[in-house]
Amino acid sequence: MMPLDRRQIAWRAAQDVADGAYVNLGIGIPTLVADYVPAGREVVFHSENGILGLGPAPAPGEADPDLINAGKALVTLLPGGSFFTHSDAFLMIRGGHLDLALLGAFEVSETGDLANWTTDDPNMSPGVGGAMDLATGAKAVRVLMQHNTAKGEPRLRRLCRYPLTAPRAVSRIYTDLAVLDVAQAGFLVREIIAGLDLAGLQERTEAKLDAAADLRVLAVPEL
Amino acid sequence: MIDKQVASLAEAVAGIRDGATLLCGGFGAVGSPDELFEAVLDQGARELVAVSNNAGSGRRGLAALIAARRVRRVICSYPRTTDPVVFEEEYRAGRIELELVPQGTLSERMRCAAAGLGGFWSPVSVGTRLAEGKECRTIEGRDYVLELPLKGDVALIRADRGDRWGNLTYRKSARNFNPVMAMAADLTVVQLREIVQLGTLDPENVATPGIFVDRMVVIGGQP
Repeated sequence: MMPLDRRQIAWRAAQDVADGAYVNLGIGIPTLVADYVPAGREVVFHSENGILGLGPAPAPGEADPDLINAGKALVTLLPGGSFFTHSDAFLMIRGGHLDLALLGAFEVSETGDLANWTTDDPNMSPGVGGAMDLATGAKAVRVLMQHNTAKGEPRLRRLCRYPLTAPRAVSRIYTDLAVLDVAQAGFLVREIIAGLDLAGLQERTEAKLDAAADLRVLAVPEL
Repeated sequence: MIDKQVASLAEAVAGIRDGATLLCGGFGAVGSPDELFEAVLDQGARELVAVSNNAGSGRRGLAALIAARRVRRVICSYPRTTDPVVFEEEYRAGRIELELVPQGTLSERMRCAAAGLGGFWSPVSVGTRLAEGKECRTIEGRDYVLELPLKGDVALIRADRGDRWGNLTYRKSARNFNPVMAMAADLTVVQLREIVQLGTLDPENVATPGIFVDRMVVIGGQP
C-alpha cells in the first residue's frame, strides 16, 4: 500500500470544493489545497487578517510586505479581491458566511469533536488563533491530517485526548489512508487507499469504523 | 482648528501611565506600530497590559517592550509568531502573564467596548477549556458564552495615510486589527506613513474616521 503524501491529501480534499465556495484554509496541509482546485471552478479564499480573494505566492521580486495570509506567508490578491478589518473577517467566520473551513488537526473524535490548538506542551506557550472561531462558525468543517502520529498512534478517536477546539464540528476527514465522514453512528469510511482493507484501517484507528455501502478506492494522481 | 498631528514620537506617547492597557495594532509584523512601541520604551511606562494578536516578533516593536520587562500581561490569540524569542523566554521564566482569547473574540470584545455595549453572547469556545468560568446561556437552541468588552487606555495604531482631522487609510492586509483598536481606546495614537491635505483622502475609502483619533505622528517610509 502507498499512503498519500501531503500534496495528495490536499488534492483529494480539493476535489470536494464546490464552484463558487468561500473557503478558509488552515495552516499546514490545508494551505496546499489552493493549488489543486479543479479547473473551471471559481473559489474565493478567505484569510482571517482581512482578505477575500487570496491568490498564490508572489513571483520573485513582486512580493508586497503588507500582503500576507493568516500563516504570515506572503501572498497576492486576485482581481475581485477585497480588504477589510479583523472584526469583519471574523464576523464572516462566526456568522456562518463561510461555506467551508479546511483545517489541520491533532485528533478528531467519532462525534466530530476537533482538537487542533494545543497539546499542552510545557515547553511552548499555548496559542489558539482563529481555530475556535473557524471550527464553530464555518458552515462545514473538514479536516486534513495524517491518519496516525509519527509514533503510530491513532488520531481518529472515541474521545479526543487533547483539549477541544470545538465539539461536534467536523463533518469529513481526509487522511493519508482514507476519506471518512462523521455520521450519526460514528466514522463512516468512504474511501480507502489500494492495498488496505477496512480491517487494516481499523487497526490504525481507535474509534469503531463502519464502511459506506459504496466504499471506494481512494485514488489520487502522482503530484 | 483641528490638527491632530504632533511633532514627535515622544509627544505622541506622552502621558501613558504605569499599568495602562495598550491596544497594539498589527498581525505579526504587518501593520504593527513599531516606532510607537519604541517611543513607549523611551517614555518609561511600566506594568503595561498589551492587547495584541501576537506577542512580538524578533526583538523589535512589542518584543522590545517585553524584553525590557515593561509588559506585565499579554492578552492575545496567538503569542507565537515568526521568531517569538522574547515572549517565549519571559513566559517560560514566569515573568509575564498570558490571557489567551480566540482571535475573533479578541476583535469583537474591542468592538463591543467601542460601541458602548456591555458584552456579547458568543458560540466560540463553548465546550472548551477557554469557556471555563464564563457565564453560559442557550439562545434558540444554541449554546453561548458571555464575552465582556475590552477597552484600552491607549491604542497604538499604524496607518498609511491620514489628514489633520485624523481620517485614516490603511494598506492591504496591514489594516487587520488597526481600525477596531483605533475605536476602542480612550487615547488613540497613530503612526502615519504620510500626512495629506484635508480633502485629499477619498471619503469613500476612509477606513477610520477622524472622530476616533487623538494624535498622529508621521514616520515616513515606502508606500
